[in-house]
Amino acid sequence: MTAAVLFENVSRHFGAVRAVDAVDLAVAEGEFFAMLGPSGSGKTTCLRLMAGFEQPTAGHIEIFGETAEGVPPYRRSVNTVFQDYALFPHLSILDNVAYGLMVKGIAKEERRKAAEDALAMVKLPGYGVRRPGQLSGGQRQRVALARALVNKPKVLLLDEPLGALDLKLREQMQEELKSLQKSLGITFVFVTHDQGEALSMADRIAVFNDGKIQQLGTPEEVYKQPRTRFVADFVGSSNILPPEFVAQLGAAPQFASLRPEAISLGQSGNGRLVLDGTVLSRSFLGAANRVLVNVNGTRINVMSPAATSIPAEGDPVKLSFDRADLHLMEAAS
Amino acid sequence: MSAIAQQHAIETGRGSMAGRVSDFLWKHPHVFLTILLGPPLLWLGIIYLGSLLALLLQSFFSIDDYSGLINYEFTLATYRQLLNDANFDIIIRTILMAAIVTLFSAVIAFPIAYYAARYARGKWKVIFYLGVMLPLWSSYLVKIYAWKLILAKEGILTWLVTKLNLLWLLDAWLSLPVIGGNSLSVSYTGTFIVFVYVWMPFMILPIQAALERVPTNLIEASSDLGGTPQQTFRHVLFPLALPGIVAGSIFTFSLTLGDYIIPQIIGSSRLFIGQAVYAQQGTAGNIPLAAAFTVVPIIIMGLYLWMARRMGAFDAL
Repeated sequence: MTAAVLFENVSRHFGAVRAVDAVDLAVAEGEFFAMLGPSGSGKTTCLRLMAGFEQPTAGHIEIFGETAEGVPPYRRSVNTVFQDYALFPHLSILDNVAYGLMVKGIAKEERRKAAEDALAMVKLPGYGVRRPGQLSGGQRQRVALARALVNKPKVLLLDEPLGALDLKLREQMQEELKSLQKSLGITFVFVTHDQGEALSMADRIAVFNDGKIQQLGTPEEVYKQPRTRFVADFVGSSNILPPEFVAQLGAAPQFASLRPEAISLGQSGNGRLVLDGTVLSRSFLGAANRVLVNVNGTRINVMSPAATSIPAEGDPVKLSFDRADLHLMEAAS
Repeated sequence: MSAIAQQHAIETGRGSMAGRVSDFLWKHPHVFLTILLGPPLLWLGIIYLGSLLALLLQSFFSIDDYSGLINYEFTLATYRQLLNDANFDIIIRTILMAAIVTLFSAVIAFPIAYYAARYARGKWKVIFYLGVMLPLWSSYLVKIYAWKLILAKEGILTWLVTKLNLLWLLDAWLSLPVIGGNSLSVSYTGTFIVFVYVWMPFMILPIQAALERVPTNLIEASSDLGGTPQQTFRHVLFPLALPGIVAGSIFTFSLTLGDYIIPQIIGSSRLFIGQAVYAQQGTAGNIPLAAAFTVVPIIIMGLYLWMARRMGAFDAL
């Protein structure tokens, strides 16, 4: 099967800055693909390369098997939902949504109908007569989505589309985006710096840092088997254990990742590894307690269910975890 | 007790006169606003609008042809005189010139403004501003006389055209009726060139400001949705730059309507509104007719703004 989007050794340099550096990736058709990374990691530049706003310095890009480099944005059946929505302020909502059909020469009645259907799909029926300035952030976000989807793109690109929304609205939109993607079957490529968002929404995640993909896999793989220290640290929070420490546990002397929620306080169960330490600090997070423990000079974060009793600061404590949860990583970065 | 606890939560007044005035103005913002806006409002109200009204009033008086004295009775006779053939010609000539100057200024200014707003950075932006503003720093009269020399029959332009073996083209142009003449410096074409040159900064700067406010991602969005560069220009860039173009055209249009020096130095001897006003209030001593002439640009500008508003030029503001 041809990939929806294929990058072969793609680089985009701005002067001496390697925004995207020899990236290979293949987005499968119908997939919800997330590009995750901190700002400046190259994820947005990758999205812009897919949209055609940037041209690669080197490498080869294909969209559904067709060469994309050198092709301007207006000849790609790829549409973008911009970070700050980029709605045309001088046009009504209906004209905004119908814009893509208008420039393609679709008759007025037909595009009007299609735009109204698209607005109904994003739950904004009857909003067509308003102006972008009269809508709230969440509503504008839906309009931007309708404006892109009305063109029936082969790939929908989303550039941090939920970044400007407040928490409740963001969670609601995550659900809606996911179900929309399922029902339409369109390939979604989603850029975000929010690891929670990427984990909960995506079929696969590419974790970016310094213009390179650090790891590409399903949310479970990326979370449970981080390949590098960067991934372990950026996706969720993790205890990165130094090689000497890991060697004392009887494993190969490499950096290892140990998730805070994999550790329990006190000695529990058989066959688990046990560490002795002292409590440095503790904080109540609602559903859980976070406890910082000093084990022979190494600080270890423990996420403990709120119901368990927590020793006081300065008290000795035993930590235990399953050997399988200790994940060894490549030496690199 | 710590040092912080010893301090009062609320400082007492500093006691000085300036301090008390500040406190008073802080408590009475209306007084502050009156002091701030009073002088400019007085200036605008009395000296500016007042004299404009006096001017309007003058246009409804008439002049006694025999004695040359002003007859202070309300009459429309002066306006009737304004619309006689000779005077009406002046009005039409001026409006046409202003319209063509405005149109050409906009066409020439847009690419320059677009470059400055979208591409010029750092050093190039400084060069752009200097290039646009520098002509404004030298005297208007000096520039016009310089143009007279450039456009004269013995001038550098004729020399250049001759060197390029294009003299036939210039001669063909000058032999055209109305816009032609003996040389460029005594033709409408010359007047037009100098008008466009002198008002150009007033067109470039507002368009540049408007284009600079158009977010780049709107251009990208249009392109992303399938808009070709021409379509993006027509449906996104132009509508959003229109307030700037209208602002610029208000300058070029009204400045051309009122100018009396450029057509006097460069052009044929046929009058423009500004020259007519100058002649009527000076040598002819016909203040009412001069006043009536000045009312024409005011009405035209009023109509122009109303039309621009109707066309939606200010919708994107």
